[in-house]
This record gives sequence, C-alpha cells and structure tokens, in this order.
Amino acid sequence: MLTLTSPRETWAHRWPAGVKLGLLCLWTALLFQITSPLWLTLAALILLILTATCGTLFLKTALLHLKPLWPFILIVAIWHLWLRDPSGGVGIILRLLTTVAAANLVTMTTRLSDMIAVITALCRPLARIGLNPATLALAIALVIRFIPVMLHRMEQIRDAFRARSTGRAGWRVLTPALLAALDDADHVAEALRARGGAG
Amino acid sequence: MEKNLTHIALFAALIAVLGLVPKLDLISGVPITAQSLGIMLCGTVLGAKRGALAVLLFLVLVAAGLPLLAGGRGGMGVFAGPSVGYLIGFPLAAFVAGLVVERWKAPVAVAAFAGSILGGIIVLYALGIPGMALVLGKTLPEAALLATPFLAGDLLKAIIAAAVTHAIGQMRPGALLSRA
Repeated sequence: MLTLTSPRETWAHRWPAGVKLGLLCLWTALLFQITSPLWLTLAALILLILTATCGTLFLKTALLHLKPLWPFILIVAIWHLWLRDPSGGVGIILRLLTTVAAANLVTMTTRLSDMIAVITALCRPLARIGLNPATLALAIALVIRFIPVMLHRMEQIRDAFRARSTGRAGWRVLTPALLAALDDADHVAEALRARGGAG
Repeated sequence: MEKNLTHIALFAALIAVLGLVPKLDLISGVPITAQSLGIMLCGTVLGAKRGALAVLLFLVLVAAGLPLLAGGRGGMGVFAGPSVGYLIGFPLAAFVAGLVVERWKAPVAVAAFAGSILGGIIVLYALGIPGMALVLGKTLPEAALLATPFLAGDLLKAIIAAAVTHAIGQMRPGALLSRA
C-alpha cells in the first residue's frame, strides 16, 4: 500500500522520528498561542521555506496535501468578510494551514517503520496494564494485511451481485463481507495459536 | 487472546476499507463516506472495549502516515485540522455504541440502532463540533451549523449498522461479541 512518505530522501528524512514529533508538538502548541496575523505570516513563511528546501516536487506534493482544507478556508473567509473582521479570518486560516502543513511535513519525511517504532516505544509504559508492544506491532501488521484482503473480498461480492442483478449492490455487500471477514479472523486466530500464540 | 487480537485488527481494517469504497461528495474535500458506519459497527459487533480498541488501532495507523481516512487523508496533519474532534470522538463513539448493545437487553437491531445514534451521532458530534469550533475559531453554535449537513447521512448509517448487526447476530450468533 502507498504511504504518504516521500520516496525521495531529503535532509529531514535523516532526523530521528521522535525529535520531529516532539518539535511538531511544540510548533502546534506555539501557533495556538499567537494571534497576530503578522507573526502567523512569519510562521507560514518559515514553513514554506523549510518545505521548499526539500525540492520542488516535494513542495508541490506538500501543497497538494493541503487541498482537502479548502472548503474550510472558504467558509472561514466568507464568514469573516461578512463579520468585517478580515484580519481575524486571515489569522485563523494561516494557523490552520501552518499547523496542518507542519504535521504533513513530519509525515512526508518519516518512514512508516520509524513511525511505528516511535508508537510502540511510547506504548511501552502500557505494558503494565496488559498492552504488550509486540502485540501492538503484530496488530498493526495484521491491519495492513487485512485491508487489501477485505477490499478484494468486497469486490468479489459486488461482482457476484452484478452477475445476478441489474441493480446496485450498495450496502448489501456489507453483511456477507463482514461474515467472511469474521471467519477469516477466526482462522487467523487459530493459525496464530498454532504458531505459539500472540505473546 | 488471539481471537480478540484478530477481531480488533480486522475491524480496524474494516473502518479503513469503508473509507476507501466509492463515496458521495457533498462539498469536494468533505466526503460523505461509510467510514463512520465502520465506527458504529466496531461498537455494535465487537462490544465497548474491543470496539474502542479497534478504532484506536485504526487511528494509530492514520497517525503513522497511512492515507486511510475518507478521501485518502492521513498522517499527523489530520490531527491538526478541523476534523480533530471527530477523530478523538471515534473511539469513544464505538465504546458508547458497544456499551448500549452490551447492557441493554433489547432485540439486537433495536439496541444496535440506539447505540449507533447515541455513540455514532450524539457522542461523536459532541466532540467533533468543539474541535471544529477551536480550529476554525468559531463559536459552538456556528460550528454546529457546519455539522448539520451530515446528520441525515449519519442517521442512514445508524439504520444500516443496526441491520448489519442484526443479520450477523442471526447468522453467526457466536461472532456477535457484544452479546457473547
């Protein structure tokens, strides 16, 4: 499956994932403290320059990742023009863009395996209440494996429906897909047990 | 133990798959998908605790950078965006939906419908709306207004969740862990 990590290595890829996530927390907390549009513009510029140093294609992809935000930006813009408070609106939009873009920058420059390593490390204290990091890692691997299996299964059921009917299958694929998946889960559980259990 | 693990992983995958299947766009970028149906089903089929864990596992994968949210979104960015309240509300919604099915001994379809409404709509909106208000700098009533277009779709999803949970209860009573 495709991840959101940029395949081309940049300087930011070489930073440890934990450091990047820590900086991201600081950055986001800081941005929620400032309200002046001037400082927020400066923050946006810093981020733009940081992203641009990773290459033009990287910058293009990063900007593309911000596209889902446009309906929200439109709503805030109209709202604040109507309230005659344009500077307040600009501040909110800039904060939204800079916090999301910073988080995307971390995602785009951190490999999935590194991110999962940080997550399992963070969950280590939870071992005391019964959540074993190895179990978590196994669960993550299982989900990644189950997704294409389930997509394929749903496609098969939809095909079978189309062969019998001219209508749209819609939500009717859900029950058979779920039943098949529940059976799969039982089989995988048996297979895990046969191989010595899940820890 | 293994069975719990595989069921939780499987339902986390289900949430992802339901976000990827063909969708209906209301406003481009704000997709209406079956993803919240997956959240409801996690609770109503797996029960409160396992359902919430399945949703948490799904969110871990999203945070780790997999584009599994509706519309192919993912990564840390979504936790800074306007949907953050909904994301935090997801595990709680599944927990409440599961709790209703576990505790209320009404027929499965009725309990699952009530659970989906209470968890998947009331609890989810109660967290999602303040999240939107915070990120977009709006008051709560203003943010609530932005959430209303989704209400009809979510009601429909609660009906589907109830129907599917009922069907599973009939065909595989043992698999309905919320009532096991």
